[in-house]
Amino acid sequence: MNVTLEDVSVRFPDTLALDTVSLDWSEGRIHGLLGRNGAGKSTLLSLIAAGRRPTSGTVRVEGQDPWERGMLTERICLVREGGDLIDEEPISDTLGMLETLRPTFDRAYADDLLESFGLRPKAKLNTLSRGQRSTVGAIVGLATRAPLTLLDEVHLGMDAPTRQRFYDELIADYAENPRTYVISSHLIAELEPIVETVTILRAGSLLLQAEADDVRTRGLTLTGPAATVTELAQGLPVIGSRDLGPTRQLTLFGELAATDLERARAADVEIGAVPLQDLFIHLTEEDPR
Amino acid sequence: MFDGREPIYVQIAEAIRGEILSGALQEGEQVMSTTQYATTYRINPATAAKAFAELVDEGVLYKQRGVGMFVTDGAAARLRTKGSDSFFAERLSPVLREAAHLGITTEQLVSYITDQHPTGGTDR
Repeated sequence: MNVTLEDVSVRFPDTLALDTVSLDWSEGRIHGLLGRNGAGKSTLLSLIAAGRRPTSGTVRVEGQDPWERGMLTERICLVREGGDLIDEEPISDTLGMLETLRPTFDRAYADDLLESFGLRPKAKLNTLSRGQRSTVGAIVGLATRAPLTLLDEVHLGMDAPTRQRFYDELIADYAENPRTYVISSHLIAELEPIVETVTILRAGSLLLQAEADDVRTRGLTLTGPAATVTELAQGLPVIGSRDLGPTRQLTLFGELAATDLERARAADVEIGAVPLQDLFIHLTEEDPR
Repeated sequence: MFDGREPIYVQIAEAIRGEILSGALQEGEQVMSTTQYATTYRINPATAAKAFAELVDEGVLYKQRGVGMFVTDGAAARLRTKGSDSFFAERLSPVLREAAHLGITTEQLVSYITDQHPTGGTDR
């Protein structure tokens, strides 16, 4: 299911949580939603899952406003950290409830996942560790098989091997059962190879929405004699700078023309890659809020 | 496994080309499915599919509906022709430029190659 936001703002009494955000998430892809804590990721996802309404602007899922539209929202699954699960009941009861509520829920798959993640169906949620609770949330997200699945920092508390297992499951299941995913996280390095598009929020504003491949190609570092490097970078957005004696390293976010690339090589300027994680840090470190 | 400035699908395509050139993947042999590729290397299946599509366009792989992807007959030879063109421009030129900076003469380069690699690139 595709998602469209147009000029969406959410105002809380003391803060503007989202500021005229417009974006497009197309159907059948895995979208990454990145941002520092408090950037507005959770607020944005709850709008799409009809958990709240925007102060202004429009939210559309498959062209329709999801607010109080049950036919639509039963096909949207938002998994928040520790949210939407019954604390005092065994996990299997929560799964049973979801089975009746969610037309697409695959109980057998959920049971398989519980077993493979080493969780007992009879365990009560409030007896589990934070990581185990997150795992249950992740299992719910996978097994609900909702056409639109929103995972909000679902990995919190999971240890590294569990996260990796979760990503593996997600990829395998997505290959078999394509659907639309939006995954929010600040663990960008782990998410990078999985997502097809990258959306970055900063202090409630949309900083960037792009194909992951384009973002990867757009970031680059130039390292070499300070004067040459500075000249080459002219007119391009410089997002980081470091000097080491006469050598300067600039981190750029933009395309370098083919002729400039050639000139850079000829002038002994080294051209390097910028991992998405570093780009993200550069782009979001100066938080205007 | 995936780093650098190239899109992941470009890196995957390049890795498969390399396997065909080295003989690790034989002509007529079946390659991994996009799903297998995605789960093995932990990448988005669409990204793997993009790499395969590129190789199909190049005539390096062909698709057999319902069965999978296979290496085309003559793929290695085709890649070799294409690769030797870009080898000089993209690989050797920068090395020679660096050699010039280091003051290495053409004579030194030639004698190094004739001493260490008497059969050129085919001495494996």
